Amino acid sequence: MADQVTERIKQDITDNQVLLYMKGTPVFPQCGFSAAVVQILTTMGVKFKGIDVLADPEIREGIKVFSQWPTIPQLYVKGEFVGGCDIVREMYESGELQEYMKDHGVAAKA
Amino acid sequence: MAIDAGEIERLIKAGLPDAQVRIDDLRGDGDHYAATIISAAFKGKTRVQQHQMVYAALQGRMGNELHALALQTAAPQD
Repeated sequence: MADQVTERIKQDITDNQVLLYMKGTPVFPQCGFSAAVVQILTTMGVKFKGIDVLADPEIREGIKVFSQWPTIPQLYVKGEFVGGCDIVREMYESGELQEYMKDHGVAAKA
Repeated sequence: MAIDAGEIERLIKAGLPDAQVRIDDLRGDGDHYAATIISAAFKGKTRVQQHQMVYAALQGRMGNELHALALQTAAPQD
């Protein structure tokens, strides 16, 4: 992977406290799994930035190598990889995601 | 491109020999599966690490031939 791509990813996950690599945009998700995570974050009232990997093939491949995770979406909070759609959904349903956001100082509805 | 459930199970068991694996073909299209995997190898690992171990067992098929595999992983209860 080109170092430039890694650097951009590191910069993005540092600059945005909640960041979602996704297919499409938060307003127009292009994949059901991405849409599911957007919906969870929106329901929780969490402010996040979406990066559309379909618009950027280098990031699309780069993020998979960076996290050793083969699929999109990928959620990052404060620079830390939280998980993909299954993990985010499981954490949300158990209330763990709400705790996680709180522990990381991210505003979310209770 | 599709992959059959037996092949997914075989790959997971090759990577995690003690694993109990259940595969459900969610739409019957050979492209959208859910897998429930229980293995002692998951003990003490985070969910992200557990899923990474399954992806490693699938040897790069996830995200390629295999478009959608919803994962649920756990260590066996003592």
